[in-house]
Amino acid sequence: MNDLLVADSVSKNFGNFKALNQVSIAVPKGSIFGLLGPNGAGKTTLIRIINQITMPDEGSVLLDGQPLKPEHIKDIGYLPEERGLYKSMKVGEQALYLAQLKGMSKAEAKSRLKYWFEKLEIGDWWNKKIQELSKGQAQKIQFIVTVLHKPKLLIFDEPFSGFDPINANLIKDEILQLRDEGATVIFSTHRMESVEELCDHIALLHKSNKILDGKLNDIKGQYKTNTFEVGLQSNNSTAVLNEIKDRFEVLPATFKNLHDDIKLNIKINESASSNDLLSFLTSKAEVHHFVEVIPSANDIFIQTVKNN
Amino acid sequence: MNHLPLIIKREYLTKVKNRSFIVMTFLSPLIMIALIAVVAYLSQLNNDKQRTISVLDETGFFNDVFQNTENTTYTSLNELNLDDAIALVKEKEDYGLLHIAKIDSIDAISNNVKFYSEESPSLSIMSSLERKIEKRVQEMKLKKEGVSLAQIEASTINLDISQESFDGEKTSKEGNVVKLIFGGVAGYLLFMFIIIYGNMIMRSVIEEKTSRIIEVIISSVKPVQLMLGKIIGTSLAGITQFAIWVVLGGVLMVVVSAILGIDLAQLQTPQQEMVTQAMEAEGAQAIAENIFIEITNLPILNLVFAFIFFFVGGYLLYSSLYAAIGAAVDNETDTQQFMLPILMPLILAVYVGVFTVIEDPHGTVSTVFSFIPLTSPVVMLMRIPFGVPLWQQGLSLILLIGTFMFAVWFAAKIYRVGILMYGKKPTYKELFKWLKY
Repeated sequence: MNDLLVADSVSKNFGNFKALNQVSIAVPKGSIFGLLGPNGAGKTTLIRIINQITMPDEGSVLLDGQPLKPEHIKDIGYLPEERGLYKSMKVGEQALYLAQLKGMSKAEAKSRLKYWFEKLEIGDWWNKKIQELSKGQAQKIQFIVTVLHKPKLLIFDEPFSGFDPINANLIKDEILQLRDEGATVIFSTHRMESVEELCDHIALLHKSNKILDGKLNDIKGQYKTNTFEVGLQSNNSTAVLNEIKDRFEVLPATFKNLHDDIKLNIKINESASSNDLLSFLTSKAEVHHFVEVIPSANDIFIQTVKNN
Repeated sequence: MNHLPLIIKREYLTKVKNRSFIVMTFLSPLIMIALIAVVAYLSQLNNDKQRTISVLDETGFFNDVFQNTENTTYTSLNELNLDDAIALVKEKEDYGLLHIAKIDSIDAISNNVKFYSEESPSLSIMSSLERKIEKRVQEMKLKKEGVSLAQIEASTINLDISQESFDGEKTSKEGNVVKLIFGGVAGYLLFMFIIIYGNMIMRSVIEEKTSRIIEVIISSVKPVQLMLGKIIGTSLAGITQFAIWVVLGGVLMVVVSAILGIDLAQLQTPQQEMVTQAMEAEGAQAIAENIFIEITNLPILNLVFAFIFFFVGGYLLYSSLYAAIGAAVDNETDTQQFMLPILMPLILAVYVGVFTVIEDPHGTVSTVFSFIPLTSPVVMLMRIPFGVPLWQQGLSLILLIGTFMFAVWFAAKIYRVGILMYGKKPTYKELFKWLKY
């Protein structure tokens, strides 16, 4: 069993509205799994089913090979998109309470909280009320509470919203560290640059259906078009340009560069190798810039959603 | 995992440590007592006012009728004529002038008595004057018929019908009053408790929604557990508050009345008045004995158990509905449309209790309403001191518990769906749909 979490043909209806339609995902152990999709695609419903907040109408969910049961609550840490804390409760008390709800003993929770408070340098907040903290500060508490009980599975729904870039980075590093310590992370977001940075697997939901999933690199490989972005310099740029246009499919390209005359996206045949293109180009002009165009997660996201 | 104790503890402590809760707990009895003291003080002031009433009695029949009392002085102006008397009274700024015109026969009295005053006189003074004159006229008439004063006095008796049920249980008028007070207090207590703490539960559910913590919580605990924890925790806080109110109120009452020298017992409610009137008729000691007997005669054991069961049952039933409302809406202003269906039966129950149970505790209306679950706790609590067959209490309780379970199921459904719904105010139709999710 290499998958920590397996959802098999999960469906969920709310009245006449189908929120999830036969969705299956498999989250490998120790991976960071991006659950992507436009608003209303069913991401939150799926996450709530994994958290046993709602029950699926059909299908099953296995955690570590076992069907979900109440005891699994302590194995999961969940940071919902709609999140908050009791405003008039003190930070320390509140963190202890939430940790105890996850099944930790008070003493254990206390010592673990101390560790985290020191780590994030917020030790003096213990007796403050949440309403005295800023939004970003409260989010830090929220993050600590989510990971405090060392869950096997961490679920973050838009974790970076409300953080300034510095704290977002801090949290990102913490997530990566938790992954390295053995936790598996499900990561739901619209922010594709963070998907690019963090996720190794993704699943894309659209209108209640899963329309794409797999390793991020494999998917990128499928979506690559053998296109190269090149920047050339030549005394006779018009002639070179025409020559290239005769041999390859080209599109204009825009990128920042100091002194290139010709900026192009050049597509080559699947059978051709990049070296062939490169040697051809070097024979004609001076090459300043040569990069394979790999589709970003963002491009894949938009393209797939549009096609469906 | 059973987190109920943990949730109850948190709910209780947050409520009890809340600043406005603490302020209310200690301020309310102070305000209440201050209010009572002020009212008592003012009414005493009013009673202390000295008045002089001048009397011009041209018949001479009523000379010795108007005896000075603590607050009222009567001066006789019999030597003056009416105009002079009025002028004099006006000048002296007396309260008023009672004029009894010269009449030939005592029978003609009714149209010949007048009261002149600056402002219209108080009702109690007028009726006291009327009673004095009536009594004298009656005596004179009887005398004319040849009945002596001694005979008249001998002829008045005081009758108190003694009551006994078919089972041989003795009751009395004071007994009914005692029962009314017991039932009334129990019913009213429940009513207040539901309104105050039901609202508190509702607000605390809404708070969890507006602070958006709810999803964090229910990823750890079952919504039903959270709801029950809230209800129980808030109720315990309520009981704490109530207990403090009772103790503090009692102590303050004693202290304040000692300091101000106000006899608070003199403040009379209509029910107390009934008791005092009965006392006047019968002699205080006998009454006190009667009341004591009545209290011991009350089905105490039944009363205590019924109070606990109906109070808890009724309270839980209503508070789960309050919790459901809290879950269905986003903020307190949206609660109005759902509050009415809850308040209606509650208010109805109190009205039935106050108007019907007093009149006829075992009549059809009282009986029916003591079975309908939403009204039964209040009405039944008011009926029980008058003796309700155990099978009726049992049946009503079973209905209540059944409805309570249904309400918890219903509330849990609404709660489970509602706490995760943000942004729009649901209609009844949508609530109904939620039940099927």
